[in-house]
Amino acid sequence: MSLELRDIHKHFGSVRANDGINLSVASGSLHGILGENGAGKSTLMKVLSGFYVADSGEISLDGEPVQLGSPDDAIRAGIGMLHQDPLVLLPMSVTDNFLLASPGSLRLDRKGTRAAISELRDRFGFTYDLDAPARTLTVGERQQVEITRLLWLGAKVLILDEPTTGISADQRYLLFATLRELAAEGMIVIFVSHKLEEVEEICENVTVMRRGRVVGEAEMPVPARELVTMMFGEPIDIANRSPVSLGDCALSLSGVTIEERLLSLRVPDLEVRAAEVIGVAGMEGSGQRAFLRGICGLTQVTSGTVSLAGNDVTRRSYRHHLDAGMHYLPAGRLEEGLVEGLTIAEHFILADRSRTGFLIDWDDADAEAKREIDEYSIKGTSLSPAEALSGGNQQRLLLAMLPDELDLLLMEHPTRGLDIESADWVWTQLLARREGGTAIIFASADLDELLRYSDRILVFFSGEVLAELQADATNVDEIGHLIGGRTAGTSVGGAG
Amino acid sequence: MTVRSGEDASGVRRAAIGVLPFVVALLFASVLVLLVGENPIEAFRLIIQGSLGSADKLSDTVMVWVPLTLAAAGLVVTFAAGLWNIGVEGQIVLGAIGASLIAREVSAPPYILIPLTLLFGALFGIAWALLAGVLKTKGKVNEIFGGLGLDFVASGVTLYLIIGPWARPGIASTSGTEPFPTAAWLPALGDTRFSPLAVGLTIVLVVVVWMLLRGTRYGLKLKAVGRNPQSAFLMGIPTNRYILGAFAICGALSGLAGAIQATGFHHKLVPSISGGYGFLGILVVLLAGFRAIWIAPIAAFFAVIAVGSITLTLRLDVDSALGAVITGILVLFALMASGLRSYRRRKRSLELPPDPEESTSTPTPARGGAS
Repeated sequence: MSLELRDIHKHFGSVRANDGINLSVASGSLHGILGENGAGKSTLMKVLSGFYVADSGEISLDGEPVQLGSPDDAIRAGIGMLHQDPLVLLPMSVTDNFLLASPGSLRLDRKGTRAAISELRDRFGFTYDLDAPARTLTVGERQQVEITRLLWLGAKVLILDEPTTGISADQRYLLFATLRELAAEGMIVIFVSHKLEEVEEICENVTVMRRGRVVGEAEMPVPARELVTMMFGEPIDIANRSPVSLGDCALSLSGVTIEERLLSLRVPDLEVRAAEVIGVAGMEGSGQRAFLRGICGLTQVTSGTVSLAGNDVTRRSYRHHLDAGMHYLPAGRLEEGLVEGLTIAEHFILADRSRTGFLIDWDDADAEAKREIDEYSIKGTSLSPAEALSGGNQQRLLLAMLPDELDLLLMEHPTRGLDIESADWVWTQLLARREGGTAIIFASADLDELLRYSDRILVFFSGEVLAELQADATNVDEIGHLIGGRTAGTSVGGAG
Repeated sequence: MTVRSGEDASGVRRAAIGVLPFVVALLFASVLVLLVGENPIEAFRLIIQGSLGSADKLSDTVMVWVPLTLAAAGLVVTFAAGLWNIGVEGQIVLGAIGASLIAREVSAPPYILIPLTLLFGALFGIAWALLAGVLKTKGKVNEIFGGLGLDFVASGVTLYLIIGPWARPGIASTSGTEPFPTAAWLPALGDTRFSPLAVGLTIVLVVVVWMLLRGTRYGLKLKAVGRNPQSAFLMGIPTNRYILGAFAICGALSGLAGAIQATGFHHKLVPSISGGYGFLGILVVLLAGFRAIWIAPIAAFFAVIAVGSITLTLRLDVDSALGAVITGILVLFALMASGLRSYRRRKRSLELPPDPEESTSTPTPARGGAS
């Protein structure tokens, strides 16, 4: 089976997510699609797997043009996609999830299905239990279930979108072995990633995308530097941080413990000075969120004291923390930060806690919103509802909604999912805040971001702060090891 | 709860879509009338005649419109705050009880007594609504279940009062208490029940609710709480206080509706004093698409159908339940139409990924913490 995409166009409003893509993949190859966030990789794969219908262009399998109007069409044509997000499995056993997807007849062939699945599962050395409730599976196991399901449904083309996010090293090893085996059997495996090392490790051919176009094709191996240049264009200048002199103590924590759900977090004593930037690193769920939420009063601090600029705010209400001069920007911009259905102007009215008049002066509010939209170059009008904004513009709106005077800003994933331009812009804003004397504590999964912008970095591992590092005296390797729970002593020479 | 006007449809098309459910409901009712062998045109004529045909009937219709509109106006507020205030029925009942208490126990000239009955009606309604609100905010009891439970308690209390402490002397009857002294009756025009005071009050309060949701910080915060309590809380809005506030406003308006039912329509406390206007009010609000401005006309339509269909049984071989069938079908089709519209809108916007600028290769944000 060979796959060919010809001149695929897909526009979203004025955004050209795919702008004339050509791609051909031969049978039995492991093909990488490489590109930055926002390059159009995911859109292209969704077109290929029937989630989107292309505006124009042609997809052919073995030279025959195919129409893919839905994921169902795609899987019937033999194209299956493994999505990046934790896969949707219904709250029932693994076998029942398979039976749900079984094509055709009303009668469920439980025995036959089980036999077929367990044969596939054993062939690839997958380890999940067929009778386990789906919710107990790890991300890696869900992925294995989904691969099994796609193969069982007869997929000949397997698309994997960022498949290594959130799975263990062993699972990754097994996944790669499986993909190699499938390719050897003549299947087409398309591996979408923005991680250079992975593509280098597994792919035979690579297509590099940037801004909706194919900017390069290569047969591996290719020097990494060449791929990087293709991905990013000319190297981007990092906005060099002007040295800022730190001010007085903005936040001090002493003997703090925080309880959230099953997590019990011990925080070492910490002093954060005005204009200081503290990066918080760690695997998702290692306690970073509880740490930030504990500081601002959203999660119960069970012992110790939190003081902001000398004022004890321990166990005071969240609103008291806001009044004291701190603010918290959560990871879920639309879920926890903005209100769907309300306009930009309405958001600014809500955010302005200093005005308390009963009646709203709409002309005034509109003018204020327009001023902020200009200042923060938000793509939208004062009447745009929050959900109509792109992720980058939602982040701009949230930053614009912050009060002018701020002693401490707590932020989760400031640039997650943003393109480079928006990410740079966000940091320009944050650094400007810092120069104004605001201390910033941010959690991020992006090690470069942590190293580039922090003065100090706290590394969390399973509810503990494993290390406190000076950003200019550490490197990606060290932090990477610490995030995985290896302390400096054991990582020397041993890790790898 | 986030039903919004279809900005994309042209005005004409929007109007057509709005009218369609009415046409379908009337067609459906016509088929039912035909099935029992009567003339649908005649049935509709009787409904109109029975509700608007004489001064007496017109005033009855208006006095149905009043509590229905008040309850619906209150419900717009609770819906804005994201609450399904099913307890509205009980709040009407408690309003009637509060008014009855004053009407029976206090003797004063009408210009004191009448405002006092209305005030107590509102206060009793607020108290009952806050009960559901506290159950929700403090006890984590879903307002639907809490409200439903309180509805039953309220009608139990009414029955107890009617056959117990407030029973008519010498008669054990569930037909109601002794009529109130006439000083407590809402002043009405001529021999009818038409009360200019009640109508005026209703119009003013609907405008107030409309203003509250459209042009005040309080209303905007209520909407923020209703649409996304998590974000609203992080913005520094005390969400529980706003939820209680919405309950209190709805309780006041429905309590007032109950007080008017008791002092302006029945002139005594009767077992089913709410007249079902609370539940009917929910239908009015659903049909109005949660917009205060449409409540009054839609409630008027409902009132016409409700009062007019009573005549049907007397003149045709059609049960008066036809009225309830018409309103029920109407709401069903209106909800289907709006569901269809938002489905089509969603389908269109599904073509748009949430972040057009960015790829969808963004990890889902961790939704760990409690609200």
